[in-house]
Amino acid sequence: MKCIIVFLMGICIGLANAGEASPMAEDPVVEARLVHISQELRCMVCQNESLSSSRAELADDLRREVRDLIRANKSDQEIKDFLVSRYGDFVLYRPEVKPLTWVLWFGPFVVLLMAAIFLLAYLRQRRLAVHPQALSDADRARVEQLLKD
Amino acid sequence: MKKVFIPLAFFFCLIIFLAIGLNRDPREIPSPLIGKPAPAFNLVTLESDKTFSPEQLLGKVWMFNVWATWCVACREEHPVLVAFAEKNQVPIVGLSYKEIQPQDPAAKQSDAIKLQVARERSAVWLQRHGNPYTTSVMDLDGRVGIQYGVYGVPETYVIDQQGVIRFKHVGAVTPQLLAEKILPLMQGLGKS
Repeated sequence: MKCIIVFLMGICIGLANAGEASPMAEDPVVEARLVHISQELRCMVCQNESLSSSRAELADDLRREVRDLIRANKSDQEIKDFLVSRYGDFVLYRPEVKPLTWVLWFGPFVVLLMAAIFLLAYLRQRRLAVHPQALSDADRARVEQLLKD
Repeated sequence: MKKVFIPLAFFFCLIIFLAIGLNRDPREIPSPLIGKPAPAFNLVTLESDKTFSPEQLLGKVWMFNVWATWCVACREEHPVLVAFAEKNQVPIVGLSYKEIQPQDPAAKQSDAIKLQVARERSAVWLQRHGNPYTTSVMDLDGRVGIQYGVYGVPETYVIDQQGVIRFKHVGAVTPQLLAEKILPLMQGLGKS
């Protein structure tokens, strides 16, 4: 009896999974390009997920939209422009390099450079501040004394 | 002694930047559509099979509000919109956004039935909560929503006489937002 119940439950799980699998588009070429493009795009609902991995409903709709654009033979750039013109640069995981995003792209390097300059200046200053002094005869005598003990 | 203050100053700069960063709402993303013409569309309305498109309101300042009966935050903002509509002569067009969700039993039906179910449900909801809309258009597949960059219902747009989007807000409209941003903007555009 138990066996049958477990068996039936197993079937139920199988059926449930079958129901949830998302339908693949007929065209594997379109699907491959969709994955390629949507990995570079942010899902606006779950902001730390890419469009290709998000299960949000809007992501579904946007994937549908991107699929249509791929079928219409649009280039990757045109597809990205389509989304940027509606949702802003934020949809791109790799924002374009333009004056508005210079701080984003180059800021960290500027900070690194500043830190390096600061470090070098500090080290130089410290080296200059330490004056090696010659040992006097009295010091030498004391060293000898200590070493002997 | 002075040198101690340099790292301290850096530290405070960092604190200030972090404080600003933490207090900003990550969902508030500046819309690239501000200052751009409102995307054209032509959809049937909630009330009848007559269609509405934004060009019909050229020459007027109007509000475009994205809503749905399943949207919880819409319930919160709705009384605010109803009160606003009573006091002001500004057309408010509703975009009934994806009324039939994929998990909805009606989602498997034909488009005609989906439209009918969505209309009935929306009409009942508006009867219960009040109807601030001049008209509502039915965006069942969410395509017009995508044209307007909708990513979280409710969203509200202000569109000027030339059909240019002047303002966008994601999330519930509050009386404060109306008083401080939307109304002054509309008055500035030459209409109260």
